[in-house]
Amino acid sequence: MSVSEQAAPVAATAGPGTHPDHVPHDATAPAHHTNTGLSNEKLGMWLFLGSECLLFGGLISAFLLYRTKDVEGMAGPAVADLYDIPFTSVSSFVLLMSSLTMVLALSAIQRADHRRARTWLLTTAMLGASFVAGQVYEFTAFVREGLGYTTNLQSSAFYTLTGFHGVHVTIGILMLVSLFVMSLRGRLGAEKAETVEIIGLYWHFVDIVWIIIFTLIYLVPA
Amino acid sequence: MSDDTMAEAAAEEYQAQTEHEGHDHPSERSYVVIAIVLALLTALEVATFYVEEQLGGLLVPSLMVMMVVKFFLVVAWFMHLRFDGRLFTRVFVSGLVLAVGVYAVALTTFRFW
Amino acid sequence: MALTEERPPLELTSGEEPERKPLGAFTRPSSNTGWRSWITTVDHKKIGILYGATAMVFFALGGLEALLIRAQLAQPDGQVLSPDVYNQMFTMHGTTMVFLVIMPMLAAFANYLIPLMIGARDVAYPRLNAFSYWVFLFGGLFLYSSFFLGGAPDNGWFNYAPNSGVAYSPGHGIDFWVLGLQITGIASLVGAVNLIVTCLNMRAPGMTLMRMPVFVWMALVAQFLLLFAIPVITVALFLLMFDRLYGANFFVVEAGADPLLWQHLFWIFGHPEVYILVLPAFGIISDVIPTFARKPLFGYPFMVFSGIAIGFMGWGVWAHHMFVSGLGPVSVAAFSLSTMFIAVPTGVKIFNWIGTLWKGKLQFTVAMLFAVGLVSQFTIGGLSGVMHSVAPHDTQQTDTYFIVAHFHYVLFGGSMFGIFAGIYYWWPKVFGRRLSESVGKVHFWAMFAGFNLTFAPMHIAGLQGQPRRTATYAEGMGWDLMNLLSTIGSFLIAASFLVWVYNVVRSRHNPPAGADPWDGRTLEWATSSPPPAHNFDVEPTVEHLDEWWHQKYEEDERGRPRRREHYHYLSEVDEVSLADGGRQPQVDAGSIHLPSPSYWPIIIAVGLPLISYGLLYTYWLCAIGGLLVVGGVVGLGLEPSVDPEAGHGDSHGDHHDDDPDTGDDTAAEAGAGGEDEDEAEAEFAGVGAAGEPGDAAGTGADATGASGKEGS
Repeated sequence: MSVSEQAAPVAATAGPGTHPDHVPHDATAPAHHTNTGLSNEKLGMWLFLGSECLLFGGLISAFLLYRTKDVEGMAGPAVADLYDIPFTSVSSFVLLMSSLTMVLALSAIQRADHRRARTWLLTTAMLGASFVAGQVYEFTAFVREGLGYTTNLQSSAFYTLTGFHGVHVTIGILMLVSLFVMSLRGRLGAEKAETVEIIGLYWHFVDIVWIIIFTLIYLVPA
Repeated sequence: MSDDTMAEAAAEEYQAQTEHEGHDHPSERSYVVIAIVLALLTALEVATFYVEEQLGGLLVPSLMVMMVVKFFLVVAWFMHLRFDGRLFTRVFVSGLVLAVGVYAVALTTFRFW
Repeated sequence: MALTEERPPLELTSGEEPERKPLGAFTRPSSNTGWRSWITTVDHKKIGILYGATAMVFFALGGLEALLIRAQLAQPDGQVLSPDVYNQMFTMHGTTMVFLVIMPMLAAFANYLIPLMIGARDVAYPRLNAFSYWVFLFGGLFLYSSFFLGGAPDNGWFNYAPNSGVAYSPGHGIDFWVLGLQITGIASLVGAVNLIVTCLNMRAPGMTLMRMPVFVWMALVAQFLLLFAIPVITVALFLLMFDRLYGANFFVVEAGADPLLWQHLFWIFGHPEVYILVLPAFGIISDVIPTFARKPLFGYPFMVFSGIAIGFMGWGVWAHHMFVSGLGPVSVAAFSLSTMFIAVPTGVKIFNWIGTLWKGKLQFTVAMLFAVGLVSQFTIGGLSGVMHSVAPHDTQQTDTYFIVAHFHYVLFGGSMFGIFAGIYYWWPKVFGRRLSESVGKVHFWAMFAGFNLTFAPMHIAGLQGQPRRTATYAEGMGWDLMNLLSTIGSFLIAASFLVWVYNVVRSRHNPPAGADPWDGRTLEWATSSPPPAHNFDVEPTVEHLDEWWHQKYEEDERGRPRRREHYHYLSEVDEVSLADGGRQPQVDAGSIHLPSPSYWPIIIAVGLPLISYGLLYTYWLCAIGGLLVVGGVVGLGLEPSVDPEAGHGDSHGDHHDDDPDTGDDTAAEAGAGGEDEDEAEAEFAGVGAAGEPGDAAGTGADATGASGKEGS
């Protein structure tokens, strides 16, 4: 039976579960049909971010547990004694602003304003790199003051937690730079806006993890 | 269609959608406003560091409140969760609630609090 | 209007055809046969088979380890194994069975069946799917290489601190355990994202969540558990790894560390893990039992919601593994209560299976035997589990063989029996031929007898005080008879395994089974055995739970099922399937484009064990492994999911965007999916117009369903 002989199509058999409960007004609709009306890639990223909560939660808990441990004769300084809050605040501010530049980059590419998109992408990457540089500076300062990775309980936990975060930021920077390069080569059209959005989600997540770390680890006293 | 016309079409559609939705999709201006709020909150947080003694028992709660507000602003607006499908919210919040839950319980067994 | 559109190649002014020059130094693989097709496959069915075959090999290895344990314990003061080797045996036995047998076996079922059961053509991310398998394989091989590189891990499958630190475990064995599980953890996490997106986003039109087969539901819950549990053990493994490799202090008691941190992290993962191990098996028998009881599942919504409830509640019970670790009475009481409560939804399931069997026209095929076996044996294991939940009782039972009996009844009598039920049930679908029923019955009864002979006595030995994880026991403890019985039983299990292998080998010559040998209820039976690469010629439209059953049967005046005069399969089937009303599909499949094979998944996967070896031996290996991973990820990202060069006469049809979701994606081709709209419409448009009786509920596809929901 060929297509031309077909009868009128059956009316939409949309059972209660197939109708998405909130049709999103994304600038880019999913590239192909999905039951929820939400794109596979974006759903995948949100699932991943949900799981990352468990990862960072574990690292933060390990630090919190060990930070308050009363260890007599603990080797080396307590990590809280070495904090440079003003410096870290500037770092935190930088990372926060990078979230702003990230959404501006997304906004730009959704409007097919490629020059702006590149500008904001690069700015975001550079702000992220400043943050990481700040972390490196902070770590080397701590080490100079006697707090190495293996010095004591708190130090291992501190460096592991912030180190994991820093690695996540670095991976984000690599992705942003890749997007920048792709855009330069004309391969990041407006139809790829969702890719930028998804990488943006990752970037913002890394930022909110820092929001938590800054408060719980740096500001809340032991 | 050439790249340019495609891009134009994309831009047009984006304009049409944002106009149609009105407040559904934040404008760049709102993003900047949110960023300013975030910066202010950070400044306040840092300020607590200098007035720790005066705050006394209020220190930790106020820090936690500010942390949560900043978290929420970034997630809801910058990550667009407020405007996207509810499934994303459910999935992310599940992970978040689960993490807070199990780790809080674990820390409790250590008589952490 | 979609933003993505078909973009024809640029027209050259000379009128010549533009030459396509794919990026990359290597051409895209395209073979469909031969060993290369398996290395580069992205087909969920092939990947499922790979998972299943690999898991079976590990089952044999884990079984050998068990036999060695039992040989050592057959008599008091056994001399078969030294204590050091004994420790390696029980560690590897447990680690193998949990991570390298049951998890990948269930992954095999999930991968093979979920797309078929929901009416999809593949999973959401086919190349990531392949990646997950190769990572699992290499992780398992890496772990087993420890035997040849200084000794296997020997601290139990749960590897408590501080014994797991370098001070007490100076060799590399523990490192192999840590790194091996990190690797396999990646496979599970990526697989979880893949399958969740598949279940939520790729169901056929009309397949609401409450019309999905129970197996899909249980697998979905298990994937959510994996999604959230794997990161927790990842943290634990990283902390231990940093202790061992870099001198961190997470579990170094002298520095003030608390070994309970390990226990909490491990069991926060570990308890959801056991539901990951059992829920999909529950799902399997929830589809097997109705087929062979000739009745729908009793209480479908209860089965679904109890599974979800178990998923939630499973997060609140983990410290019942730590009752004697010094948590204190408040924590112990709280977890004791929560553990008692979780028995309730499981009990609901048992009653629902019994309700399904009740007054059914029971057919005791081998699959049904294993399924009923699960119901009975898991109940026994569940009862001893409830006994453990009573914390004062557990104080006596913990670290004895009573616990060993419990978890073998639920994991072997539960998960493995469910797995074997599924194997016997779906074997004809996967391979086209049934396994021999007569040989299968010998397999079942020998395994059932051997299993009970092995583990039932352990209840007694345990209550009489025999401790776990001890290489020998002294004469005169009174445990001799129980241990001897257990050992005999274990060899009977081994014999039954040989019967099973014999069944596999000899069934190659069985006659073709046809598409629907068991008169099944769910959509996988509506396509040929084995299914074509694209699963269905025509995407099904679903209007009921057990949709396939409703295609074949209608209700008579008294509400009893009556077979329709004819019904249509959803792909071309063989002669055997055309008896008893079955007909070929009504529509011409046309050309269906599937995601193309790719070698990037295996390339990236190879990098992981290389990095791991590098961490233990030389950083040069890390560098090479790292290059493979990074380069492979870039390659994967730049590669379109469907090869533009692929096939002749294939127009762009249904395919799935394939972007890696882990955030490592650098250049995802998000926009390639637009072409399929037009083709999808064409695919559906020709279906379901014929006015034959029985078609009203049948394959009439919704022409608007596929493309109508796009933002327009």
